[in-house]
Amino acid sequence: MSKVRAPKSPGRPGQASSWLATPTLVFLILVILLPLLITVVYSFLSQPSLGTGVKWVFSTDAYRQIFVQEKLDGTTAFDTRYLKVLWNSFYYAGIATITTLLLGIPVAMWIATRPVRFRALLVLAVTLPFWTSVLIRTYAVRQILDETGPIGGFLKIIGVGNSYQILYTPWATIIGLTYTFIPFMILPVYASAERFDFRYAEAGYDLGAKRWTVLRRIVIPGIRPGIIAGIALVFIPGLGSFLQPDMLGGGKTNMIANVIANNFGQARNWPFGSALSVFLLIFTVLFVLMVTTGVRSRGDQVRLI
Amino acid sequence: MSPVTTSRPRRRLVNLSNFPLFRGTSIAVLVGMYLPLLLVVFYSFNQNRLAQIWTGFSFKWYDFVFHNDDILRALKNSLIVAVVATILSTLLALGAALGMLRMARSGRVFAWGLLGAPLLIPEIVLAVGTLGFFLTIKVPLGHVALILAHTAFCIPFALLPIRARLAGLDAAPFEAATDLGANEWQILRRITLPLLAPGILAGALLAFAISLDDFITSFFIAGPGATTLPVYIFGMIRSNVTPAVNALSTLLLIFSATLLLAVYLLNRIRRSD
Repeated sequence: MSKVRAPKSPGRPGQASSWLATPTLVFLILVILLPLLITVVYSFLSQPSLGTGVKWVFSTDAYRQIFVQEKLDGTTAFDTRYLKVLWNSFYYAGIATITTLLLGIPVAMWIATRPVRFRALLVLAVTLPFWTSVLIRTYAVRQILDETGPIGGFLKIIGVGNSYQILYTPWATIIGLTYTFIPFMILPVYASAERFDFRYAEAGYDLGAKRWTVLRRIVIPGIRPGIIAGIALVFIPGLGSFLQPDMLGGGKTNMIANVIANNFGQARNWPFGSALSVFLLIFTVLFVLMVTTGVRSRGDQVRLI
Repeated sequence: MSPVTTSRPRRRLVNLSNFPLFRGTSIAVLVGMYLPLLLVVFYSFNQNRLAQIWTGFSFKWYDFVFHNDDILRALKNSLIVAVVATILSTLLALGAALGMLRMARSGRVFAWGLLGAPLLIPEIVLAVGTLGFFLTIKVPLGHVALILAHTAFCIPFALLPIRARLAGLDAAPFEAATDLGANEWQILRRITLPLLAPGILAGALLAFAISLDDFITSFFIAGPGATTLPVYIFGMIRSNVTPAVNALSTLLLIFSATLLLAVYLLNRIRRSD
């Protein structure tokens, strides 16, 4: 077959046989796709009367349990506990997204308008915490917020500290989410702001627009792809957070991941944990699709990965 | 998440950078990002048993960390898992990056979905799914299970710098090699891999950092015998052995920071090429 080939198009530099990707794809099908499928299967099985795991008997009880509570006397009642947990997850992740947005846009814009050398350093400064352990960062926040920590100590010194208690409240969870996710907002917004041509803003000023108008009508629309990517990158993982509500909310302010973890742990109800996991997965996929397709129809380029 | 460079010269805009709120907010946010971490470092030198009441400078918690058998065992588990998962995930990421360039469009979309999944799907969903899957197919919890799970979520992180470097490759050496009659294997070994080396190394370092820091997956998959360092630290925090946690956290923070600085320097090699 190997006759003298016509000088074929060189293709992309570095390209190799597509078989090279096969082991990776097979591996990911085994270790990512099959576990997701087994979660769906588990959510339709029943709980064994003893021990952990599942009993291989079809059942939709797990999904019923999300909304309906079986009382001891055999009657059933509408159960709002898990709807509340779902609501909490959306609410906390939502507030954290808004907070990171309000804080992240100024930071990204400020970095993008610094001299080039300084910019690289600032980006490094924002990226550094992003690569350190979420566990340690959450623990660090816990130490700051603790009543014996610096804030509590300061309030005590000025004489108003006696009623200070923010740890183990929903606000501590939200502060923790904001703290751990803010690099996810700053970095994509910065990537857009850096590419934004600030001469448009200048033109706006020349035409007599006020600063706020320029920001709202020219700059923000110009960096919209980054803002959308940032919202998605904070909200989507925020929804599935486990450590922040566990360590800062003190178990009182559960999010959906905490209930999932509990059902695979102490509560030993794997089908129910799987059903909640399927819910979380569906929400995640819906949001990713919403962002990627909704944005494409507006002509923006948003890269989540 | 490497910074994007532009070659377009730009005048500094006095007007826009003068937003008073922007500068103030930025400085406050940057200080706020580092203050809690610095406090952990500060408290790690506190001699008091109560971490937050300063009574004097001491190295005793570092001494405690380095002489605690449980911590050292957890560190060993973490390192075993991280080293093997780094090697496997970097090789698999490299294969995917090279092979996908020639894939049909539909295959590429599917591959991207799989590769991106660990980045977008909440870790808890993957962790409990993997737990159920391993128990169903009778993979015992422990080192092997941990390595498999870690490799999966490290692949996309190892892939990012490799792909970035691949996208920036110059076509000239490849055309020259083809003209001189090199076969595909020779091109791969003599041209592609050497040119990709800094990206491969950066990818491996990122994968290592991600594996070492992982908590949620390890928490479910480790089983009793393969407790990793973050899982052990989580237990320490729960049982309130705080001053030693500060020392241990400081060490991990320094380690992660060093890895990231190495990645940053490797990315600079790319630019000066």
